[in-house]
Amino acid sequence: MLIITGVLMAGSLGASPAQAATAPPLTAAPCATDPATGCLQGTIKLPNGDPAVGIKLEIAGAGLDTVAVTGDDGKWSQAITAAGAYTINLDTSSIPDGAVLDSATKNPATVNGALNKNTGYVFKIVGGTTAADGTTTQTPTTDAGTGVTFERFLQQLVSGIRLGLLLALAAVGLSLIFGTTGLSNFAHGEQVTLGGLLAYLFANVLGLNLILAAVISVAICAATGYFQDALIWKPLRRRGLGTTQLMIVTIGLSIALQYAFQYFLGASTVRIDQANPVTVALGPVTLSAQSLISMGIAVVIIALVGFVLVKTRIGRATRAVSDNPSLAAASGIDVDRIIRLVWTSATALAGLSGVLLGLVLNGVNWQTGLQLLLLMFAAITLGGLGTAFGALAGAMIIGLVVELTNLVLPGDFKYATALVILILVLLFRPQGIFGRRERIG
Amino acid sequence: MDQLLGTLNAILNSAISPQTAALAIAAIGLNIHFGYTGLLNFGQAGFMLIGAYAFAISIIGGLPIILAVIIALVAALIFALILGIPTLKLRGDYLAIVTLSAAEVVRIVGRSSLLTNVTGGSNGITGNEYRSPFTDLSFFGDGRVDFGPWNYDATGSNGWWFIATAWFVVALLCLFVWAIMRSPWGRVLRGIREDEDAVRSLGKNVYSYKMQALILGGVIGAIAGIVYILPASLQADSMGRSMTYFIFTALLLGGAATVFGPVLGAIVFFAIRLFVQGIAGQFVPGNIMNGQQTEQFAWIVIGITLMLVVIFRPQGILGNKKELSFDVK
Repeated sequence: MLIITGVLMAGSLGASPAQAATAPPLTAAPCATDPATGCLQGTIKLPNGDPAVGIKLEIAGAGLDTVAVTGDDGKWSQAITAAGAYTINLDTSSIPDGAVLDSATKNPATVNGALNKNTGYVFKIVGGTTAADGTTTQTPTTDAGTGVTFERFLQQLVSGIRLGLLLALAAVGLSLIFGTTGLSNFAHGEQVTLGGLLAYLFANVLGLNLILAAVISVAICAATGYFQDALIWKPLRRRGLGTTQLMIVTIGLSIALQYAFQYFLGASTVRIDQANPVTVALGPVTLSAQSLISMGIAVVIIALVGFVLVKTRIGRATRAVSDNPSLAAASGIDVDRIIRLVWTSATALAGLSGVLLGLVLNGVNWQTGLQLLLLMFAAITLGGLGTAFGALAGAMIIGLVVELTNLVLPGDFKYATALVILILVLLFRPQGIFGRRERIG
Repeated sequence: MDQLLGTLNAILNSAISPQTAALAIAAIGLNIHFGYTGLLNFGQAGFMLIGAYAFAISIIGGLPIILAVIIALVAALIFALILGIPTLKLRGDYLAIVTLSAAEVVRIVGRSSLLTNVTGGSNGITGNEYRSPFTDLSFFGDGRVDFGPWNYDATGSNGWWFIATAWFVVALLCLFVWAIMRSPWGRVLRGIREDEDAVRSLGKNVYSYKMQALILGGVIGAIAGIVYILPASLQADSMGRSMTYFIFTALLLGGAATVFGPVLGAIVFFAIRLFVQGIAGQFVPGNIMNGQQTEQFAWIVIGITLMLVVIFRPQGILGNKKELSFDVK
């Protein structure tokens, strides 16, 4: 059973839709696992996200030699009755014209099938393909090792700024919560996921206008923050739970929310607004119009948060609570009210970040936030725990590092580099860029 | 009724399975960090993964099993040093974030396609490639053996040889923790948990003690990694962040800072999950909750259980409320 969770954890943020292949087949030839049966399975998608129908896979091994074909949903599965190594050979002639198998995907592939377990393998198809309406979409390839050209550098630089801005939206809230309550909120990533999934629900499932859907999603996310503080965190503060205890409570919440997302959505990745993106060329850099607008929104909102924090009474009060809650309370600030406000705005910002991520990246799945959480922690640690502007600067640095890493290392490593930098920063400047020196021991 | 019996059977099987033992061992290691010393290590799965990789790769490289185990332990020791040197002088939450990140780095590097020749990439390493030296050590003979409600192969993977060895290791480690925590060394660790400054004012080198605790618990984590992969296969993603969270859940359920808490917690952890899944599978109609969803529902219950335990019974099942590891600074 732990292995199944392991399978569910596979895949990474920004993975193409074709990689969300660990869900069991619900509509294709059903294969149910039991102690005597295991399943080999996967989902193959065309570069535009549509399911790839009729792809033939020759599966051989452990006395089995058969052909599986993907169904209307792009899913294939094969029941096996013996554990062992199986060879899966994708018949490349069954791939629609114009598309090819990604060069990084092994074909034929060898997988280790086990009984009572789903074993997934991902065949990734890339390249332009003709969509049903006759338009041609391109999947940008982000393979490393194609050489570092100045154009690629610029492209990754802009991607980095984009990721940094979206990360900053979420990280500012995490940092404010930490600053005012001392709590490292491990469920903050799930707030990002929630925003993205709600926007998908309203825009794509219920068919609302995208902007309206985004506004409603952010409002709901804000409400979750308000009620979370009212129903969980404030009573727990009253009970006198320590910050470590509270932190572990947020881990429990995070686990519960992750599986709640999977409960309703499965392991699939959903894209908000599946229309073909309009691209804008800025010199050598190509960006989708959605990316530009998202970056614009992020800049405006971050500037607004900064303005509120610096110039308004409520912002000054927030910073005062952040600085020293007891002193702030003594000088007449209603600390509980400020914390409530911080929770509400932090979850709203995280939700907005999720909506924009869902629009800009390849989509949102149950673990989008989980992947982002570490980057957020890296960002706020880099900037100095609890300082809002530090979170902004840290997020920009982390965003750039993550995307620029792609220039020289394979995509797998982009998150690892950001985390290694975090460790190095702690080694040499543990208080972060904007933090005050504070050490114990 | 059949299904209820099936659930009961699954719980009984999981209660003695080597993987439960592995979770218990990892929790024993974490108990030294978190329960006794108050260190917030969120990277226990990383220690497991380091141990598992070092063990499997050494065996595949042709080294004898004893040497492979030693290499795994040394690898965990080095990992602990790397994590501890920058963070143990800082506030506790820095250690949490760094250990969490470092464990992720290990997982990402391990599953990376660049290292497919060594680590098997995201497909990992199959058990057959490293299991046989361990199976060869078995003196249990062949055939199937009944014992109470359990029936397994004597030696095959998931058989009695694996089960007995795993739980023997658990018992040894429990004895070790019991002995070491009533020694003066253990008292210093508890002192650090309660009040670091007081211990420092008594002339103890707190940094060094914390480092020793981090190394000890991490090395035990590596043992857990080896026990975890022996009957199964080595996949980087099976020892990710969720694993660390499950280890924490098991530890807190059973009771931090107790000798048997981690073991009991690991068994109860799997029992709750299987029980909820079995009950949901039987009594909730399939059109409301399908098979996949009952499993996810069980995990949701686990998450909520963790929240409730920490709020209402932070000492866990066996713990002593006076001896709480929370509120490390």
